Amino acid sequence: MKIIFFKEFHSFYSSFIGFITVSLFVLITGILLWVVPSYSVLDYGYATLETFFDLAPILLMIIIPAITMKLYSEEYQSGTIEWLYTKPLSEFDILMGKYLASVAVMMVSLLPTLVYYFSVYALGSPIGNVDSGGVFGSYFGLSFLVMSFCAIGIFASSLAQNQIVAFITAILLNAVFFWSFGFVSELLSHSGFLEFVFQYLGMSYHYRSISRGVVDTRDVIYFLSVVSIFLFLTHFIIDQKKS
Amino acid sequence: MSILVQQLKKVYDNQIAVNDISFEVKAGEIVGFLGPNGAGKSTTMKILTGYIPPTSGHAEICGLSIKEDIHEIKKILGYLPEHNPLYLDMYVWEYLDLVAKIYALPHRKQLINDTIDFVGLRQEQHKLIRQLSKGYRQRVGIAQAILPDPKVLILDEPTTGLDPNQLEDIRNLIVTIGKEKTVMLSTHIMQEVEAMCSKVVIIHQGNIVANESITKLKHLTEGQNQISVSFDPQISEEKLKKITEISTVSSSEQGYVLSYSGSKESMKKILFDFALENGSIISSIQDLQHNLEDIFKTLTQKQ
Repeated sequence: MKIIFFKEFHSFYSSFIGFITVSLFVLITGILLWVVPSYSVLDYGYATLETFFDLAPILLMIIIPAITMKLYSEEYQSGTIEWLYTKPLSEFDILMGKYLASVAVMMVSLLPTLVYYFSVYALGSPIGNVDSGGVFGSYFGLSFLVMSFCAIGIFASSLAQNQIVAFITAILLNAVFFWSFGFVSELLSHSGFLEFVFQYLGMSYHYRSISRGVVDTRDVIYFLSVVSIFLFLTHFIIDQKKS
Repeated sequence: MSILVQQLKKVYDNQIAVNDISFEVKAGEIVGFLGPNGAGKSTTMKILTGYIPPTSGHAEICGLSIKEDIHEIKKILGYLPEHNPLYLDMYVWEYLDLVAKIYALPHRKQLINDTIDFVGLRQEQHKLIRQLSKGYRQRVGIAQAILPDPKVLILDEPTTGLDPNQLEDIRNLIVTIGKEKTVMLSTHIMQEVEAMCSKVVIIHQGNIVANESITKLKHLTEGQNQISVSFDPQISEEKLKKITEISTVSSSEQGYVLSYSGSKESMKKILFDFALENGSIISSIQDLQHNLEDIFKTLTQKQ
């Protein structure tokens, strides 16, 4: 697992995809959070990072597929998949190595945004007047989103030989899982049980729940289930594709 | 026995790719695996290397079953897949280092250095694989296959698309490797087999049509040797037919094509004497011996 992890992690940075993602993510959130008036913390007047945590999922939804799209598609395209799967590595190790590498790249991208927290912390009046619990809860929530989006991305990559197809499939799946279930539940409002089921299936519900600063095991279990299901599906698809 | 294949079968959605084939390869042999495109060569190799499972049948590499011990097999097997897939964005050295890490080889640096020297990549070791020409990429492919010092090497079309010089280099390389290891290589070029292999397995439409040593395969067609000859001045066909060793005579543009029995040398002597007796000289003479290519054609053209 370690070997594939480092190979993939390294390749993100040697092919500049890693750098581009980190910079893009930090740049866009930075501009929106500090410069664009309608989102800016400075104009808003409250020491809060809520706008950042509202925007970040949308950005991640698009940026993560760009990271994960090559993981399997490129191997299919170049035929290296056959080389890789005839090496003394278990299929689980290959999958987990690739998956964890993509998660790691995104976690690295999240790190610079901690600067926003410290800035807001320093700007608070009095200094430090920030809902720190909420912020760290939201970072937890973002981490779980990263893990889920990466699992969906790697699944989309295992479906297609073409990286663009993998990219778009992943964005669609991310959007469906993040929002659509919530929308459906709104359509079904007042239907009671069904409304609740659909709301519960959507990521945004659990993300918001964690963001409040209370890490509920049910939300953690939800995200871990999404990750496991998509990784299992990936494994299944690759097995199918080989033979 | 290095490679043992028994009644191996692979079916893709109703299409039979490999149909109950059986053969074996002894340790230290270089075996040519031959067949027209789509005959099932690559499928067989993919099964042997554990990439795809067989539909039915049994195969062993060095006594290890491909069903139960595939993970052990992968450790003692070097494989060069068809089209030589490589990570083009890696450096030659970096790529070989990755291979060494995957096999958890000791003394990585020394080993990679030795392999790079062996395949002749010293000048290119710090280049991106993307920047290499086809011949050098092929060497990288072979280098990764031999790096873990495998007992058995499986090379799927190792010489396609190379220029004649590169072809010879790669052939020599394979012959050198074959002195110590069991090598199974697929190709559809007959001269290649003649130059490198001690044994040939010919596969056609999923079935094995020949499984012989090279010398035996050549013997198969003996007794039907042909020679093309022309005389100056021309001698009539009737006179030629009187020679007992000649079985058939047919006239061609230049002269005659004769089928004969017996050795090539004695036939030539007979023809020289014959020409002398008839006050004529031989203006051209050419062997039309059946070569491996003809054997390949006859074996793989029947439906």
